Amino acid sequence: MVPLSTLKEGERGVIAKLGGTGTFRKRLREMGFINGVEVFVEKYAPLRDPIELVLKGYHVSLRVEDAAKVMMEKLAQDSE
Amino acid sequence: MKKETITLALTGNPNSGKTTIFNNLTGTRQHVGNWPGVTVEKKEGTVLYNGYRLRVVDLPGTYSLTAYSIEEIVARRFLVDAKPEVVVDIVDASNLERNLYLATQLIELGVKLILVLNMADVANARGHQINADVLGKLLGVPVVFTVGTRNEGTKALLDKVVEVAEDRDTVSRHIHISYGHEMEKEIKNIQDVIWQDPSIGQRFSTRWLAVKLLENDTAVKERVHEFGEIGGKILDQAEASRTRLNEFYQDDPEMVLTDQRYGFIGGALKEVLKISSQSKFDLSRQVDLVLTNRILGFPVFVFFIWAMFQLTFTVGAYPMDWIDAGVGWFGALVSGLLPPGLLRDLLVNGIIAGVGSVIIFLPNILLLFFCISLFEDTGYMARAAFIMDRVMHVIGLHGKSFIPMLMGFGCNAPAIMATRTLESERDRLLSILINPLISCSARLPVYILLAGTFFGASAGNVIFSIYALGIALAIGVGKLFRVTLFRGEIAPFVMELPPYRVPTLKSLLIHMWDRSQIFLRKMGGVILVGSIVVWFLGAFPRNVELSVGQGADKVGVTGGQVVPVTVDGSHEPLPSTPLALGDNREQAMEQARLEKSFLGKLGHAIQPVFDPLGFDWRTSVAVLTGFVAKEIVVSTLGVLHATGADANEESEALRRSLRASGMTPLGAYALMAFVLIYIPCLATVAVIRRETNSWKWTGFSVGYSLVLAWGVSCLIYQGGLFLGIGI
Repeated sequence: MVPLSTLKEGERGVIAKLGGTGTFRKRLREMGFINGVEVFVEKYAPLRDPIELVLKGYHVSLRVEDAAKVMMEKLAQDSE
Repeated sequence: MKKETITLALTGNPNSGKTTIFNNLTGTRQHVGNWPGVTVEKKEGTVLYNGYRLRVVDLPGTYSLTAYSIEEIVARRFLVDAKPEVVVDIVDASNLERNLYLATQLIELGVKLILVLNMADVANARGHQINADVLGKLLGVPVVFTVGTRNEGTKALLDKVVEVAEDRDTVSRHIHISYGHEMEKEIKNIQDVIWQDPSIGQRFSTRWLAVKLLENDTAVKERVHEFGEIGGKILDQAEASRTRLNEFYQDDPEMVLTDQRYGFIGGALKEVLKISSQSKFDLSRQVDLVLTNRILGFPVFVFFIWAMFQLTFTVGAYPMDWIDAGVGWFGALVSGLLPPGLLRDLLVNGIIAGVGSVIIFLPNILLLFFCISLFEDTGYMARAAFIMDRVMHVIGLHGKSFIPMLMGFGCNAPAIMATRTLESERDRLLSILINPLISCSARLPVYILLAGTFFGASAGNVIFSIYALGIALAIGVGKLFRVTLFRGEIAPFVMELPPYRVPTLKSLLIHMWDRSQIFLRKMGGVILVGSIVVWFLGAFPRNVELSVGQGADKVGVTGGQVVPVTVDGSHEPLPSTPLALGDNREQAMEQARLEKSFLGKLGHAIQPVFDPLGFDWRTSVAVLTGFVAKEIVVSTLGVLHATGADANEESEALRRSLRASGMTPLGAYALMAFVLIYIPCLATVAVIRRETNSWKWTGFSVGYSLVLAWGVSCLIYQGGLFLGIGI
């Protein structure tokens, strides 16, 4: 398991565990960050924070510090 | 046919096209206000349809109906307490899975629901085929397709609303989302306790209450607490159930419930959604690769902001000139029609000049909100926040706060209105409070006058340092407020980046008009009263005994020369001043009269307060009149230094007079700092009142800025004296 924030642009992984507490955790869960969901790292912002992700067919951004709380199972890169 | 009123609430995720549907339904017959007690915008409109009167209430766009954000609380409170006859959930058909999450919560709430699959065209283009019949049956909710941007499906939706309101719809039935054996057992346990008091079940869905209690929802717990003795029993049961579930699942029940809801949605979508051809080319994604590119992202962003600035303040200057001329012409017309005297003076110098000072902002407001609507409707606003978040996060603000901050350099009034785009109440309040520290264009004439008079060649650097001081204070005060007033967990930054869309002109125009209407209606009142008060203070008492200069007779001055109100940060006072202060004698008389007026007396009275800052009584009066608008400081100094009210910041006579008055470069700098920090103008105060929806915050904003202004100026002046700089 690796934190989502260590994934690079163009990499993908599957959510293994949602860390953090309280509102943050619940909010992420409601936005679809559920164990087993595949996440694609679309890009980092020009200042390297936040990150743009694609999951469940929509684009969402998270701050790097928050993304560090999402543990991922990294997937092998496929040719897109 | 009898006219029956049906209340209909619109809900949906942000970016689901809800606003467009609302506009399609209500057209221009809508009213924008605030939900009671909060800064969240409330939109309402009415539709007359087939003899029915539909009251459409647009609820804030939310992803869920928990109690985490003020928007969700507001939306939920309306659904639970106002009990609208029909609830319409607008769903982005091309993003079904996440959008249906809100629908599961609405189903649970037990409201009469209609599901609107909006942007059906986009979904089709992406190769998504949705079987609406099966979806409707699975959810027990009638489904309607719409394409909001082309106004398709509006009639079908209205027909369905009437059908559902009259219980004629055949699809509607109440379903339970099954949460699994253990969870259901505990839901039942809580419901059993609730049923001991049958009256609760009449007001709320007991299942919904039980689920919310298992989610540990604070707002619902408070409500249950108010039930009295039975409430205590319910809460005890809920707590016991939560503990048991926590042990069983090794996770919070609310997390499990969320998983189950998504599980239910996933199951439904397997039967309903067919994705035929996964189109490889995604235009929105390609556009975004350029607009938020690591190298191009910032230049593009700066360009867009620059263009917005140019459009708002440079292009806007032309209509402002016309309005200025129009107000001047009207003032002159009224002057010509009425005999000289108090009434004419009040009308021309008080009311027309005062109201003129508000209307002149209208072009700015219209253009600014046109640009902001364009950013929002295209989806670029989210990208701007994406790019700027790292920077704004330093002050503990959201990336989106950047735009209001930047607009503040033009004019704080529309900038504060632009904070409406911020979702978190806390961010919005903080942005509103620090926005006046960003130096608006109306303050520039004051800096030009003072810096030009006292700093000669280095005037440019001095003015720049004042702007920098403003930014530094905004950052400092922002941080200070963040750790004192707005403590607590910063809302997580989980921001959707919606696909780019082509906006419709109709929604852009409606959005623009909404804002402008608010501005005209609400600001007009406060400004009008404020201008009359300042006029009164400057014009009274009448007929004071004056002995000015070389043998002036005892003259009863009749034309109260009031500080003309200039507005746009430009240099000319309104040409509505009826008194032509041609010769020096009249000017001297005017100066003496103003010194004897209430305003002058007030200036003398408060001067001791400003003594540590090095202000004389004239400066004190100028600072007082500057409450109406900052550029008035210049014209007031003009009057008081007997160079005439049409003095501007380039006037050589005023500069000489200022230097002769004993003001030092240090004193001038302290005054500039004071002008920078204390409340920018009456219009801004009115906007703050309007946007915070609270006199308390308005008072706080005025109060803290005055204290800060005094403190910083005092520090500069006394520090300078001590160090012997600039005296």
